[in-house]
Parts: sequence; C-alpha cells; structure tokens
Amino acid sequence: MKHTLRQVARSGKFMAGFIIFVAILLIVIIYPLLVPDPPLQIIAQGTFFPPGIYVNTYDSINAPTTYTLHLDDAAAKRVASKLSQENRTEMKNWLVAAGLPADEIDTADTEQLLNQWGSHYDPRLQIPGMTLAKSRAYQRLNASIQGLLSTEGAIIASRAADTGALQAGREVKQTDYVNIREVANVRFLPLGTDNFGRDVLTELVRATGVSLQIGLVAGIIATLIGLTLGLAAGYIGGLLDDFTMFITNLFTVIPTFVLLILISFSIGQDKRGAFTIATVIGLTAWPWTARSVRAQVISLRNRDHVNLSKLSGHSIPHIILNDILPYVASYVVMAFILQISSGILQEAGLAILGLGPRTTEVPTLGLMMNWAMIYQAHILEKWWAYLPVLMTIALITFSMNLMNTGLDQVFNPALRD
Amino acid sequence: MDAPRKSKPCLSGVGLTKVFGLGRRTTVAVDHVDFEFREGEVISIVGESGSGKTTLAKMLLGLINPTEGEVYFQGQKRDISSHRKRQEYWKNIQAIFQDPFSAYNIFNKIDTVLLDCIHMRGGRGLPRAKKIELMTEACGFVNLKFEEMTNKYPFELSGGQMQRLMIARIFLLKPKILLADEPTSMIDACSRATILDYLMKLRDEVGMTLIFITHDIGLAYYVSDTVYIMEHGRFVESGTADRVILHPQEPYTKRLISDVPKIYEEWDLSTV
Repeated sequence: MKHTLRQVARSGKFMAGFIIFVAILLIVIIYPLLVPDPPLQIIAQGTFFPPGIYVNTYDSINAPTTYTLHLDDAAAKRVASKLSQENRTEMKNWLVAAGLPADEIDTADTEQLLNQWGSHYDPRLQIPGMTLAKSRAYQRLNASIQGLLSTEGAIIASRAADTGALQAGREVKQTDYVNIREVANVRFLPLGTDNFGRDVLTELVRATGVSLQIGLVAGIIATLIGLTLGLAAGYIGGLLDDFTMFITNLFTVIPTFVLLILISFSIGQDKRGAFTIATVIGLTAWPWTARSVRAQVISLRNRDHVNLSKLSGHSIPHIILNDILPYVASYVVMAFILQISSGILQEAGLAILGLGPRTTEVPTLGLMMNWAMIYQAHILEKWWAYLPVLMTIALITFSMNLMNTGLDQVFNPALRD
Repeated sequence: MDAPRKSKPCLSGVGLTKVFGLGRRTTVAVDHVDFEFREGEVISIVGESGSGKTTLAKMLLGLINPTEGEVYFQGQKRDISSHRKRQEYWKNIQAIFQDPFSAYNIFNKIDTVLLDCIHMRGGRGLPRAKKIELMTEACGFVNLKFEEMTNKYPFELSGGQMQRLMIARIFLLKPKILLADEPTSMIDACSRATILDYLMKLRDEVGMTLIFITHDIGLAYYVSDTVYIMEHGRFVESGTADRVILHPQEPYTKRLISDVPKIYEEWDLSTV
C-alpha cells in the first residue's frame, strides 16, 4: 500500500496534473478571502469593459471629504431609503473602530450618521486588524455614499474655516492630475467585466468552485451507483446480472446528453439548482462505471483467493467488500476522476444551452459561457468574457486526465514508458 | 482385482458432468464420471493438463455446479443450495490450491487468514491469548514461526512458506476431506518433499481423507492408496496404486508411466 502511494507520488504525469488541480483549488479557496465582494455584484454600468485598471470617475475629482448636509424632508427620506441597513451597520462598525463611542451612533438617524461619517471617515486611516481587502471595501462604500448624496441633491462644498459658511466646490481643470494612490476607489479588473458589468475574475473564481462541486457530486453519485451495480451484477451474476445489464445497455444506447437535456428541461427553470443539475448528471453517468466494474469483477470472481475466502465460510457481502473491492479500488479511483471531469463538461454543455442551474444564485462555468454567448461576446470580440472560462474548463479537464493517466501507469505497469 | 475396502464411503459421484459454453461451441470438461472415495484413504487423480482434474475438484468443493450428476457426501445426497448449507459443507471439505501466489488476498495479513479459520471452527468468542496459542501451534506444525508471521502479508513469504501456511490453515480447520489440487507443482523440488511430508503428517494427525490431484504419476504412486487415471474428462482406469502403476491395463496409463523422467536410463518398475 505504502509502496503504491510512493509510486503514485513519483509518477510525473500524476504529479503535474495534481499540482495544476491543487493550484486551481487553492485559488478557489483563497481568492474569496482576499476579495470579499459577492461574485454576482454589478460593479459598473455598461457591458464588457476590457481588462485594465479602473478609477472611479467621481473619485478622481477628489473633493476634500467635508460635508455639510442640508436635506429637505423629502430628499432626506429618499436618501434614508436608499441607504441599506447593512451599509449603516458597516458605517457604524468603522466609526466605532475609528474611536467614536458606540452609543453616540444611531444607525436609524440617517442625517446624523452621514454627518458623522463625513467628518470622521479617512481612507488613509490605518485601523489595526483590518485587512487590505476590507479597507478597500470601506473605500467603495464611501464612494457609493458620495454618489448617493450627489445624485440626491446633496451639496458637496468646503466649509470656510472662520465663518462656517459654504464656499463653492473645487474647480476641476484639464490640467489637473491625481495620483492613483490617493484615489480611494480604484478597481483592478484583470479580466474586465461581463455583459452585466460584473467583474469576470471574481465571477470566474466562484464559478470554478461551483463547477468543481457539481463535478464532485455528480462523480460521487455516478461512481457509487456504478460501483454498487457493477459489484453486485459481476459477483452474484445470474438473473440479477441479466437485469442490471439490460438496464445498463438501455442507458448506454440512449445518448446520455439527450437524456440530460430532457430531464433538465422537465425539471423546469425554477427548480434547477446547482446540485439538482449535479444529481441529474450523476444519475445519467453511471452505466459506464457499472459496465467496466462488472467486467473486472467477473474476471476476479473465479480467482483462487476468492475461492479460498468462500471456503473460509465468508458471506457474500464480506467477500465482495474484502476480496473483490480492494482489487478494483485503483480502477474505481481512476473512473471517479474521469467522472468528475466529465461531470464538469456535462454541466458546461447543459448550461450553454440554457438548461443549467437557474441564474439568480451562483455562477457556474457553463452559465458564464451561456451569458457570453447570449450577449454575443464572440461576435463583438470581447474575448475576456469567454476565453478565460474555456481555458479554466480545459485546464481542469486536462489536470484530471493527467492524474488519470499517471495512475493508470502506476497500476498497469505494462503502460509505463 | 482390488482387495475389498473396509471403510465407509465418504465422497462419491454418480454421472458427474460439466459442460462449458453454450450452443455449438461447447467443451465437455468432465464427462459422466463415477467414483467412490472412502474414509481415511489417500486418493490420487492423475491426468495431463486439460483433462478436467481441476474442474472435477471445483465441483467436489461445490465452487461450481455440475451440469449433470450428483455428489454424495457420507452416503447422502449433497445439498449446497443455500449459503448456510454451503458453509456447513465447507466445514467438512477444504482445499489447497495449485498456485500459492494467487491463493491469498494480498490485502489481508497472515493473522487474518489464520483467524478466519479459528472463527470458522466456532472460535469467535475465544480470548485473544487462546487464539494466538492456536495460531502458534498451527504455524509450529509446519515449522513456521508465528512471531515472524504476524503483521506480515502473504506475498512477503516464499512460495514454499505460503504453501506451508496453507497447510497450517487446514491444521486449524481439521476438515474430514482435504482436496489438494497440485499442491507442489509451483514449488521447487527441495520444498516439494517438505510440503508432501507435512501433508502426510497432517493426514495422520487429523485422520482425514486426502484427495490428491496431480499430473505426476510418480508422486501419485509415492503417496496414495487408490489411483484414478483421467483422460479427456473420463476416468480410464482406477484401482489400488500398486495395481494401476505396476500392472497398467490401459494404453493411456502405460504412456503416462513411460513418460516419467528417469534418473537412470533403465528403471525397472518391478524393483520399486
């Protein structure tokens, strides 16, 4: 056992695939910790911004952050309704962290809260224990508050030091420059935005995670069903074998993808969550595993060690679990890896046809392809909307196939080069 | 003719037949074989490869079902229709296989192999120390050290040691009948005599019927009381070892005997 593991670790192909796969997995896990934005948040108006560094136009004026608010009642209510409770809590959290006593802050009083925010918030203030990503999030919150105030007719002006009267705001000229470090709300969009104005990279990372989960669930379901049926049909044989093989052959003859399309269609758009799709894929993918496991078991069941186990008085489940399963285990692991990668591909295929998971919850790799296709990214030459997705799908499948080939070479010494 | 045999019949077959395949392409491996093995005898079934010896052995063990014919165990029709009945039957008949390298589950340790035998004899509830004592005794019988065997896997042993472990297994099980399917053909010549010695010692100790399946007619003559010669799925000649080997009637038997390699060019059978 230990010897086999060492051989697996020494197989170049397996390790290459494994490293690629682990790298993808690490990105999927670590990236959301650094960028806590929700993946489906719309960050910019307009479709398909090309990759690059984006500076908020409003921020670039960089008005001194001193506000005097004179809101008439109707305008105050409008602002109050636009400022969400979450944002209020976030503002309070920052103010408390910046040293304001918590009992002076009332999140229900919009005007007072905005005044306190305006007079205390400083993007350059270092608060101990706050991550860079979190302080960026506060900078964006500040920007959106400013945007809220400006569109709702708030007056942004500087206050005269002696009289307290409002003066006209700063004039922005053609020759004015702002250092990018002094602008609070800078977004680096390495892959631009998609058709809805969402950050493609953040979306892609989340979509990769969801697609891997779908592949894993589909793979587990398909492997479990296939393994159980293959073991039972192969070892027990007789009528059970005939019946199982009849059903397996039925499934093999009907093209799986057509079956998938029909099932997904009949489930209906509303009920199609990511894991419903994964289950459906798993339920249609098992015949292949069942057939090959059965073939292996049939060649195993007449071996002497199985006969010896029978003569030792073991029950059929004991023999299947102890004398058959360990011998096919390596093969099942390889089949499982292939089932995961084919599950991811199947999901992408379904979603690109518009039969994937419903679009309100999570992105998947297939959904991103679907959106790019519907909004004609390929015709408009917006490559960043679909090429990274394609590359990710290819990379995942490639790494899994590499692992599979590596394992195959370890377990079948005849294939070694 | 044969001298009248005293002991009771313990395993006999009537019209035992096994046909492999379906439709036109069928192979008759065992063809209407009749026999009567008696308690306490050492029986040899001799034949070249492909003559149906192993198929017959598997039918006797109940591992495959005969196409036709019946097996009688201790005078009664053998009933192995349910798993429980089969387990009961296997308490009485055990086997040693030809290839020790493929006869063990490579994922099980040697302890497991021996413990299974103790459990089969109803020793599941015994205290751990008693089990170890039994295993040590069994290993000691075939000159293996249990302390060295424990926590080892069967494939870490040599072929001869594995076959000796197989005999230790039988020692623990103490069946009424032991079917040894070419137990020495995969073993080198030096270990061969040792294995045979242990088998004969075990037979004396347990008092069981020993069915020896071999292609080596010299070996059959050396160990057995009764010899059956098998050709193309049929018994062509049977009788006491002396009668069959020294005074063969059938041409096939004569050919088998003449094929035995001789150390000396002239080997006078009458002097053996």
